[in-house]
Amino acid sequence: MKNLLFIDSVSKNFGPHTALNNVSINIPEGCIYGLLGPNGAGKTTLIRIINQISVPDSGKVFFNDQELNLDHIKQIGYLPEERGLYPKMKIGEQAIYLAQLKGMDRNTARHELKKWFEKFDISDWWNKKVTELSKGMAQKVQFIVTVLHKPKLLIFDEPFSGFDPINANLIKDEILKLNKEGATVIFSTHRMESVEELCENIALINKSNKILDGNLDEIKKNFKTNTFEVAVNTPDAKDLQNKLKLEYETSAPTFKTIGDNLRMNVKLASGQSSVKLVNFLNKNSRLIHFKEVIPNVNEIFIESVQND
Amino acid sequence: MEKFLIITSREYLNKITNKTFILSTLFTPLILVGLVFLIGWLASTNNDEVNNVSVVDNSGYIFDKLESTKSLKYVELENFNLEDAKLISKTKSDFGLLYIENFESPKEVAETITFYSEDAPSLTVISNIENQLENILTNKNYKINDIDINKINSNKVYVSLFQETFEGKKTTKVDSAAGYLLGMFLAFLLYFLIFAYGGMIMASVIEEKSSRIIEVIVSSVKPFYLISGKIIGTSLASITQFIVWGILFYGFSFFISTTFGITSTYENNEFMLAAESSAVPEAALKIISSLFNLPLLNIFIAFIFYFVGGYLLFSSMFAAVGAAVDNQTDAQQLLLPVTFIIIIALYVGIFTAENPDGIVSIIFSMIPFTSPILMMMRIPSGVPIIEQIISLVILYSTVILIIWIAAKIYRIGILMYGKKPSYKELIKWLKY
Repeated sequence: MKNLLFIDSVSKNFGPHTALNNVSINIPEGCIYGLLGPNGAGKTTLIRIINQISVPDSGKVFFNDQELNLDHIKQIGYLPEERGLYPKMKIGEQAIYLAQLKGMDRNTARHELKKWFEKFDISDWWNKKVTELSKGMAQKVQFIVTVLHKPKLLIFDEPFSGFDPINANLIKDEILKLNKEGATVIFSTHRMESVEELCENIALINKSNKILDGNLDEIKKNFKTNTFEVAVNTPDAKDLQNKLKLEYETSAPTFKTIGDNLRMNVKLASGQSSVKLVNFLNKNSRLIHFKEVIPNVNEIFIESVQND
Repeated sequence: MEKFLIITSREYLNKITNKTFILSTLFTPLILVGLVFLIGWLASTNNDEVNNVSVVDNSGYIFDKLESTKSLKYVELENFNLEDAKLISKTKSDFGLLYIENFESPKEVAETITFYSEDAPSLTVISNIENQLENILTNKNYKINDIDINKINSNKVYVSLFQETFEGKKTTKVDSAAGYLLGMFLAFLLYFLIFAYGGMIMASVIEEKSSRIIEVIVSSVKPFYLISGKIIGTSLASITQFIVWGILFYGFSFFISTTFGITSTYENNEFMLAAESSAVPEAALKIISSLFNLPLLNIFIAFIFYFVGGYLLFSSMFAAVGAAVDNQTDAQQLLLPVTFIIIIALYVGIFTAENPDGIVSIIFSMIPFTSPILMMMRIPSGVPIIEQIISLVILYSTVILIIWIAAKIYRIGILMYGKKPSYKELIKWLKY
């Protein structure tokens, strides 16, 4: 697949502090890309470089195979983590203003905004001021302003913070819809379950370095340890447990189920096959639960950061 | 460029639709004119009050010659001793009591005359009494010594210098006073405007930063366009304010001149005002006329150039400070050096008014941070054009340098939250 964004060996220093150290990332067109990392790892710096808010000390960024330039600004929509609106300006007016800054003309902006306001059922906010709205309400307006100019690349930094579950879901659905319509999405968040749910690709940044990136399924494949969750019901649990222990590396179970009397995690060594294990279990017991342990993003995140 | 216009027009519209701005634009001239009238009214009511001074004249020839004025009336108390006179004067709630002893020689009389009063009287009252007594007693002395007063008077010579510049322009004492006043006024106006509009810029930068909208905006436009749009938009608002003030002042002066019947004429290249009714005192007309005889075109052009230069200089510094901090309180501390510079300028300006071409004044009118204020004080009394040009060149080169530095600090500062940076850190930001 073609890359929409190619970050090539980007470094950035702030005085003695290195914010990014030789980071390279490919972001395929049309994907939802998770940008992960602990606080202070350098994610925001990278996002700001993509938005041309800061300039890298070395390295280049390519957008659609072109070196990043000012024309690309209108093709990018950015919802920063620290976001806000003018407190004393009317919602409608400032949404138009922000859209104009992204290169939309006044009338198109007004027209598109009306559509979005209707969609989110907030048309009566048009003449209100931000100080009259709750935080979640203001966030909705900010989301609309981010996506209004139909950018090719959408960058969301913690998009769900400040939303109640219903509105978070609404926003999530809109993001998925925009993605389906062709927008590439970069997602920076600490909510691993949304990464799990939404992202096809991820990159993990820790202490200014990229320590991991690629397709999420591939990464999971690399992180799995050939361990299986096993639960059975057998007349002689002790005997079966001993037999399994003899053949395989077993450990305490990390899951729950019901109707079993023997539960454990079984790790296969290289050369051992899961088919053989299943056959053995079927012969000696009634198999209740059999599932490969696949690490989730959270575990991958913690493991990678701790080992780094 | 298009975005720059969008930002400029938002900043402009935002300013001129602001309630405080509208009120201050409309009411400042009203308040100023009102103040002038109030002061005039207070002064005239103050003058209407008549103060009685009781006089005990034991010499027998002084009281007859004392002339009462509008505000000071002399009343004789006959044949009282000092204590009784004091008591009577006090019960009559007189302004004071003048007690004159009788002696042969006027000199001795002069040495013993005493003025008793409730409070310490004003200098003008005392000098009025003293002058009169001096004249009376001197004349008495002349008479005693057989000196012909008429001869003395007819031989007395009075001098009032004619003043003219080398270029042939006639000036008067009133002219330099008017220049002094106008210079002071313009310098303070400049100072006030620079601070008012600079403060607006700073507040608007801090608002964008503290409301956290800044990151969204700088992802759409370069910070340099944002800050220049802000500065230009605000200055356009200020120009709008000037124009409205100009129209209002013109309207008022038209109103006043038609009501009080003031006419203006040019005679021998001199601007003169004449009042048809006596409602306007002659001194005021003289001052106003001499204002028009100052190098007004030079003053006007210089004011615009120094205002724009000083405004750009200080507002970019204000913008940088606004970007470096999170709130107004922290800003005050970082602004201290800026305030300090302006105070020095005003302080030197006071010396300048005394001696517009002194070496200190000339030096400070070349230093870019103080030149706008100092030049406004010097120009009404005449500054060579070449000096003005040099000073403006220095000012505008510094403006470019400061804008460059301020833009760097601004660019970094707007995305920095948390602790207030030190000057050392600000300098470090220049290298980012």
